[in-house]
Amino acid sequence: MDTNKNSYTIIYASVMVIVVAFLLAFVSSALKPTQDQNVELDKKKQILASLGLRDLDGAEAVEKAYSEAVVCDLVVDSLGNVLKDGKNKDKDGFVVPQKEISPSCLPVYVCKIKDETKYVIPMTGRGLWGGLWGYMAINADLRTVFGAYFSHESETAGLGALIADKPFQEKFIGKNIFAEGDSTGTPALCVVKNGKVEAGKDKTQVDGITGATLTSVGVSNMVQDGLKQYVGYFKSLEQKR
Amino acid sequence: MSLFSKANREVLTSPLAKNNPVAVQVLGICSALAVTAQLEPAIVMGLSVTVITAFANVIISLLRKTIPNRIRIIVQLVVVASLVTLVSQILKAYAYDVSVQLSVYVGLIITNCILMGRLEAFAMMNGPWESFLDGVGSGLGYAWILVAVGFVRELFGNGTLLGLRVIPDSLYVENGGFYVNNGMMTMPAMALILVGCLIWALRACQKEQ
Repeated sequence: MDTNKNSYTIIYASVMVIVVAFLLAFVSSALKPTQDQNVELDKKKQILASLGLRDLDGAEAVEKAYSEAVVCDLVVDSLGNVLKDGKNKDKDGFVVPQKEISPSCLPVYVCKIKDETKYVIPMTGRGLWGGLWGYMAINADLRTVFGAYFSHESETAGLGALIADKPFQEKFIGKNIFAEGDSTGTPALCVVKNGKVEAGKDKTQVDGITGATLTSVGVSNMVQDGLKQYVGYFKSLEQKR
Repeated sequence: MSLFSKANREVLTSPLAKNNPVAVQVLGICSALAVTAQLEPAIVMGLSVTVITAFANVIISLLRKTIPNRIRIIVQLVVVASLVTLVSQILKAYAYDVSVQLSVYVGLIITNCILMGRLEAFAMMNGPWESFLDGVGSGLGYAWILVAVGFVRELFGNGTLLGLRVIPDSLYVENGGFYVNNGMMTMPAMALILVGCLIWALRACQKEQ
């Protein structure tokens, strides 16, 4: 058979494309549920990590820890109005995609750790090469950090990528969100160059990573912008007390 | 001809050293720089490339008599692209953590010159079994270079191997020791220098080159 004929080439190409399209579409739809589950599980892991619950083994352990720790997931706006009350667990704040977090749609996870209420808020920002995101757990006093978790799309391995590791994240534990005696409600918590924490400001400044200045600045901006959006909600919580 | 005749053994082993795709043919350097900052992604990347090269070689070898000559590169690309998509989907479903670490590089296997090179130079004119061996050999030849570079970079850049601490914390300057991680090692430029050293070493061992 002459494989160089035009008609043969065209038919060959068409058949190949159709076969491949069907194969890939089939695999993609067959694996979609498993992949979605993984993404969901990963999100739960990240929220738990911000609460200091790390190194959980297996999907069941994560699900169990999550359902014990997280009481409800609300959606609020930057003025402090509760838009969705989070009564349907994992259906309100949890399903908001990162990209849709905005002043009019802010997810909050209300958690209980050893009978103390913590508020976990998601945050997104930009690093050196790509997106950054994270979760910050805030104590019931709404002024101090209980824990934090950060991750990134494509920061430099061994430098910027260190923000995804425990040692960097643990530096945030116990820090103050606002400067001492602050009444403006502007978050002061930030990341500075490694070793350049100013005297007297060590409660609101966190050491950055040497050799990853731009990633550190990215985290700093993300934390500040993230917290700023939630100040209204924190105020409304304080008024209710 | 037996399955592991002398010629077939040669096909399998020559890409490991004598005809190494990275060190001798200098192919696939781009991904070798990108994923070797740590050992684990280097290993997974090496294995993924091995699997994809082997199966793409088999498929192209089976189809080789039917492929119209004028669109053969396109056919090869389609086969490689579908295999890569399959692997990336399977990783996302069953090894989510690894797929997150490799991020875009799994997709970039499509553009790895080793694959197209083997398909065009070997699978188009050899039988499926030989092509399979050639694919496995080329993949492993690529993989071991990646693992070697990843080993050195993670050890000296981070003081860890596969995420486990190897150089004790107490030796570091912060804890009163004398040791500092070499930040250069985490940069892609250092990977190029390491690959260069490997090429030098391989050439020095093999006089015929």
